[in-house]
Amino acid sequence: MADERIPFATHAESTVLGADEIVLNMGPQHPSTHGVLRVKLRLDGEKVIGSECVIGYLHRGVEKIAEHRSYQQFAPYVDRMDYVAAVSNGLGYCEAVEKLLGAEAPPRARVIRVILTELQRIASHLFWLGTHALDIGALTPLFYCLREREEILKIFEKYCGARLTTHAFRIGGLQYEAYDELEKDVERFCKPFDKRVDEYESLLTENRIWVGRTKGIGILTAAEAIDYGASGPVIRASGVKWDIRKAMPYAAYDQYKFEIPTGKNGDTYDRYIVRLEEMRQSRLICLQAIENIPAGPIMGKVGKVLKPPPGEVYHAIEAPKGELGYYIVSDGTTQPYRVRIRPPSLINLEAFDKMIRGHLVADVVAIIGTLDIVLGEVDR
Amino acid sequence: MHAVIQYLISIWVPLVCALVIVGVLPLVTGYIVLMERKVMADMQARLGPMRVGPHGLLQPIADAVKLLIKEDIIPDEADKAIFWIAPLISVTAGMLAMSALAIGPWFQIADLNVGLLFIVGISALGIFGIVLGGWSSNSHYSLLGALRSAAQLVSYETAAGMAVVGALLLAGTLSTREIVTAQGDYGTWFIFAAPVGFFIYVVASIAETNRAPFDLPEAESELVAGYMTEYSGFRWALYFLAEYTNMVVVASIATTLFLGGWLRPFAGTPAFNFLDYFPSALMIFVGAYCLYRAPKQPVKVQQLFMMVLGLAFFGVALILAAPLIGRVNDMLPGLKPGLHGAFWFLLKVGSYIYLFMWLRFTFPRYRFDQLMRLGWQFLIPLSIVNVMGIGLALVLHRQWGWSHWTAFPLTTALTLLVAGWLGWAGEKKDKEHVFVGES
Amino acid sequence: MLDQIVFYFFAALAAISAVLVVTRRNIVQCAIFLITALLATAGIFLQLHAEFLFIVQVILYAGGIMVLFVFVIMLINLDISLHQAQYNRQWWLGLLLALVVGAHLILAVAVGRSVLPFGEPAPATMLEPSTQIVGRTLFGEYMLPFEIASILLLVAMIGAVVMAKKKV
Repeated sequence: MADERIPFATHAESTVLGADEIVLNMGPQHPSTHGVLRVKLRLDGEKVIGSECVIGYLHRGVEKIAEHRSYQQFAPYVDRMDYVAAVSNGLGYCEAVEKLLGAEAPPRARVIRVILTELQRIASHLFWLGTHALDIGALTPLFYCLREREEILKIFEKYCGARLTTHAFRIGGLQYEAYDELEKDVERFCKPFDKRVDEYESLLTENRIWVGRTKGIGILTAAEAIDYGASGPVIRASGVKWDIRKAMPYAAYDQYKFEIPTGKNGDTYDRYIVRLEEMRQSRLICLQAIENIPAGPIMGKVGKVLKPPPGEVYHAIEAPKGELGYYIVSDGTTQPYRVRIRPPSLINLEAFDKMIRGHLVADVVAIIGTLDIVLGEVDR
Repeated sequence: MHAVIQYLISIWVPLVCALVIVGVLPLVTGYIVLMERKVMADMQARLGPMRVGPHGLLQPIADAVKLLIKEDIIPDEADKAIFWIAPLISVTAGMLAMSALAIGPWFQIADLNVGLLFIVGISALGIFGIVLGGWSSNSHYSLLGALRSAAQLVSYETAAGMAVVGALLLAGTLSTREIVTAQGDYGTWFIFAAPVGFFIYVVASIAETNRAPFDLPEAESELVAGYMTEYSGFRWALYFLAEYTNMVVVASIATTLFLGGWLRPFAGTPAFNFLDYFPSALMIFVGAYCLYRAPKQPVKVQQLFMMVLGLAFFGVALILAAPLIGRVNDMLPGLKPGLHGAFWFLLKVGSYIYLFMWLRFTFPRYRFDQLMRLGWQFLIPLSIVNVMGIGLALVLHRQWGWSHWTAFPLTTALTLLVAGWLGWAGEKKDKEHVFVGES
Repeated sequence: MLDQIVFYFFAALAAISAVLVVTRRNIVQCAIFLITALLATAGIFLQLHAEFLFIVQVILYAGGIMVLFVFVIMLINLDISLHQAQYNRQWWLGLLLALVVGAHLILAVAVGRSVLPFGEPAPATMLEPSTQIVGRTLFGEYMLPFEIASILLLVAMIGAVVMAKKKV
C-alpha cells in the first residue's frame, strides 16, 4: 500500500505474463482527456498497473493574478476556471468576499442566485453526461443534452448577456434585476425537464453495454473517498451523504427542500445515477425558488471601493463538481493579499490512480469521464 | 443468328453488370454516407448536411471532389509499397464479393455454384487491406487498430459462418439464385424458420464490418482512428469505400439468405398481389415530396434541381409500373421479376443498413474483452446449437413428417432456451470476475 | 485460346510469387507474395471448374491461415530479423540439389511419356457442378476417413489449448 501513490517509483509488482511493461502516453492532445490532461499509463498488455496524471498545461496563474486586482476586478477571472459552470464559481467568490466584508446580499438577490446556480448545475451535469456517454461510445445522448443545455444558456444570456463566462453576480448582490419573464422561462424549462432526464435514462441506464462498461469500474469506497478528500458526486456515489448545501447552507438553500442522492458501490455507474438524480433535485429547487422570489433591493450595502478589514476567510460552496472553496486573506487594502482556491476537479482527480489500477486501457476514458474534471479548474 | 445473340448476352450481360457495380458503387457509397449522416442528424435532433445542394443532396459529390484533390500524405517511415497498395486490397475484395450477388433474377454477374461461400470468402480477404495498412503506417495507433480488427474479424467470422450454415441447410444449395428460389418454394423467408440464425448473423455482421457498437478498431475516443489514422486524401476515401461496400455485401448476404432476396413479401399469396403496386407508389410519394419541397428551396437552381429530381422519381415509378400493364407483361414476361426484384432487393438491403445505423446511434461501445467474450462464449456456441437445431427440425420435418409449424418453432424454442442458459451462465461468470481493487 | 492465356497468367503469377517468397528479405512482403501464390493457384482451380476447391483455398489458406501468419509476423520485432544473417551460405548445395531433383523430374517425364499413357484432358466447360459431388463423396464414400481427419484436427486443437493454457 505504501508505494501506491508513487506509481513510477518502484517496479516491484510482477506482471502476470512476464511481458515487458509499456508506458503509454495519453494526451495532452487526445480526444477524450477532456482538455489538456496528460496521463502516463504503465501497462501490462492492456491492463493498467500504474498511472500518473501530468497537469499544468492550462496553468494561467489565476491565484497570482488575484493579488494584483481589486476584489471586483478579480471576479470575472473565476468564471474562467470551471468554464462549464461559471455561475457557481462566481457565487463562491462573491460570497467569500461578502463574508470577509461582513456584508450580506439581500434576500431577493440570494434567491435569484440560487435559481441561476441550480440551473448552472443542471447545465454542467448535462454537459458531463453528453461527453461521458460520447467517450463510452454512445453518440446520441450528447445532442439531447446540448439541446437542453442550450435552453439554460439562453436564460443566462437573457439575464446577463453572456452564455458561458457569465459573471452573473456581483459582490454584495446582483448587478442586474431579473428580467420580466425569468420565472416563466425557468418554469418552462423545468416543468418538462424530468421527462427529459427519463429520456436519457431510457438510452443508458438499463442498456447492457452501458452497464457493462460502467458497473464495477473505478470503485472508490467511502473510506477511500474521504481519505482522498473527494467531494461532490464522487464522494456521494461512494455512499457518503455530504453536501455543503445541507451541511453549511449558503445563499438561500436553507429555505428549500431537496434530497441528497447517494450511491452504494462508488463505481462509475453509481456516479452516473447520482448525477442524474442531482439534476432532478436541482430542478425541484428551481421550481420551489421561482414560486416565491421576495421583492426588494438586489444590491446590499457595500461601497464602491471594497476594503475588507484585515483577516482571512474560507468559504466553500457545493459546485456541480464538488466542494469549491475560496480562502482569501485580506491585508486591509483594496487588493487581496492572497487568494487560494480549492478546485473540486483537482482534488477528485487525485483519486484517479487508485481507481484505474487493474482496469483496461479502454476504462481510462470512462474513469476520466466519470470524475467530471475541467482542466481549466485543475490547472487554474 | 439466335445463337450469336445468346453468346453475346452471355458475355455482355455480366460485363455490363460488372461495370455498373464498379461505376455506381462509389456513388451509392457516397449516398449511403449521406443517408447515415441524415439519419444520425434526425435521431440527434439536428438537420445534418444542408448546404451543398437542396437538403445536402450533392454533399457526397463535394466530399469526393475534396478527397480527390487533397494531398496524399505518406508517412516518412512507412513501408511505402504496402502502404500504397493496402487500401486497394480492401476495395477490390469488397467489390469482387459483389460479383456473385443476385440483385434480382436479371442482375447477376456470375451464378457460381459456390456463390455464397465465394462472397463470404472473398470479402474476408479485405482484412488484409486493414492489417497491412495498419502495419505499414508505422504508428502504434494504426497497428493496435489493425490487430484488433483482425482479431475481431476472425472471431466473428466463425459465428457468422455458422449462422450462414444454418440457412444453407434449409436451402440445400450455395448458389445465391437458388437460395432465393428455395425460399420462394418453401413459402416463407428463412428468417421465420431460423430467427436465431438471423439474429446471430446481424450481430456478427455488425462486428465484421467494424460498426458500432463493435467499432473498437476505430474507437476514436481510444485509438484516434485505428488503422486509418495515418491515411489521408483519396487513399483514406478508399478505406471508407471498402467499409461501406462491406456493409452492402453483408446486408446483401442477409437479404439473400434470410429476407427472401428479391422476392416480394407474401410472394406466393395472390391475396397480397396489391403489393405489386407498392414500388410505383413509393416512388410517386418520394417524387411528390420532392415537388412539394421544391418551391421552398432558397435558390432558383435548387428549386429546379428538386423539380427535376421529383420528375425523375415519377419516371422511375412509370418504369416500375410498366410490367403491371397486361400487354407489356405479355410482350416481355421477364420484365416484372427483373425490375421489381431489384427494387425489393435494394429496399431490403437499405433497411438492413438502416438497422446498422440505428444501432450505431443508440448503443455505447463494447470494451475489447467484453466483445471477445460475447463472440466466443455466447455467439459461437449459440450458432453451433442453432445449426443442430435446424438440422433436428429438418429431420423432424422431412423424415418424420412433422409440419413446418411444429418442427421449426419447437427447435427455435429449444435454441432460445440454450441462449438463455448461455446468457445466464455468462452473467454468473461475470459476477465472479468483478474487479475488487488491487492491493 | 483465352483459356490458355488465363492459365499461363495464373501459372506464371504463382511461380514468380513463390520464388519471391523465398528471396525477399522483408517478412511481410514474403507473406504478401505467399498470399499471391495461393490466390493464383486458386485461380487455376477455378479455371478447372473446381469451384469448391477454389473457394476452400481462398477461405482457408488465404483468408484464415495467412491472416494468422500476418498477425504473428506483426507482433514480432521486424527490425531485428531484417538485419539477421539468413541461412543462405550453402546456396551452392541448394542449387546442386535443385538441379538433381529437376533432372529427375525431367527424366521421369521424358521416360514416362513413352511408357505411361497420358489421360485425355477433361473438357473443362462440360463438367457438372462439383460442390454437391464433393459433399456427397465426402459424406458417403469417404465418411470414415473424413471423420478420422476431423478427430485428428480436434485432437490437435485440444492439444494446442492445453499447451497454451498455462496456470496464470
